[in-house]
Amino acid sequence: MTAVEILIYACLAIGVVFNTLGVIGLLRFPDLYTRMHATTKATTFGSIFTSLAVIVFGLSMFFSQNDSQYLTLAIHAFLAAACLAFTNAVSAHAIARAAHRSGIKPMLAVVDRLEEAKL
Amino acid sequence: MIDAWILTVLCLTVLMALSTVRLVLGPTAPDRAIALDTVNTLTIAAMILLGVVFKEVIFVDVAIVYGLLSFVSTLYIAKYIGGEL
Amino acid sequence: MIAFLVTAGAAFLMYLILTAGSGTIGFWSLSELVMGVLLAILTGLIARNFLCRSKSFRLLDPRRLLLLLVYVPGPFFVELTKANLDVAYRVITMKIRPGIVRVHSGLKTDLGIFMLANSITLTPGTLSVGIDEETNDLFIHNINIGEGDEKREVIESTELFGLVNLPAWIRRIAE
Repeated sequence: MTAVEILIYACLAIGVVFNTLGVIGLLRFPDLYTRMHATTKATTFGSIFTSLAVIVFGLSMFFSQNDSQYLTLAIHAFLAAACLAFTNAVSAHAIARAAHRSGIKPMLAVVDRLEEAKL
Repeated sequence: MIDAWILTVLCLTVLMALSTVRLVLGPTAPDRAIALDTVNTLTIAAMILLGVVFKEVIFVDVAIVYGLLSFVSTLYIAKYIGGEL
Repeated sequence: MIAFLVTAGAAFLMYLILTAGSGTIGFWSLSELVMGVLLAILTGLIARNFLCRSKSFRLLDPRRLLLLLVYVPGPFFVELTKANLDVAYRVITMKIRPGIVRVHSGLKTDLGIFMLANSITLTPGTLSVGIDEETNDLFIHNINIGEGDEKREVIESTELFGLVNLPAWIRRIAE
């Protein structure tokens, strides 16, 4: 097993672990906002790492076999990961704002300044 | 080498099935929306990996388009929930 | 005019990235380049008012773009890693003390607020819920509020980040 293969396996393992933590958080946390903490952060991070494994694989195959198909694979995987990170943050903010506007209160909250501000 | 990729895709599929539990249970509509968002994210990650398994770049292209379309649909669901539509 | 050029240039750059590896001129074939120029002009004509809504072109400064390219894999990724270790700890132990606090951002432009809100969503224990558009304050759902912080009216944005001063980076990029 070469160093590149170990790197790829490590990235895949980190990705699966964090995706699993995100889904467990989605099932375990008590209310909407805390669930969103788990899903947005953990699944974004996990998916970035599984994509990173694909990028490393594509680049290593490109440099060893000089086939431009693998370069295309790496670049497109990078673009997909970038789209994912950016869109997840924006859609999380959109859903949180919409949920608060529709009147869902955070459970167990010690303070709610947005409710006091009444926007 | 290929086996690790397929194993990862299988793990992601199991996770998708688990998030469907929240999609069915979810007490409120935003809960269902974030469960759907999680399923979408995991689908994109699995599609990128399938591009390596089947040695086809087109899977990754489809993943990019799928991600952007699911982003637009999530924004519209959020607008509907917030009562701004 | 400048909005059209920026939009067409961005579209052409994206087309070049997506079709890299197709031919022999550099990485591209001739037909892809011609098609890319035509599609970029069409995109620029249609979408110039969507990409450049405000009339400030601050991000065209190459030094700011360079800082942005350093910011995303550098300080931002450090905070993202820390955020995920934090979330992993909270998922396993369920030690949470949630609440929504008001955070003073100190930024003036829309782009700066946008970047700060997105950075906050992906950094430790915080999720942006709302924006006060008059004072540019953010409302943050914090999963673990420190003892005594719930009594304070406003929290400074620099207190949210532990290792790196992200608001200062964003101010250098966007303002």
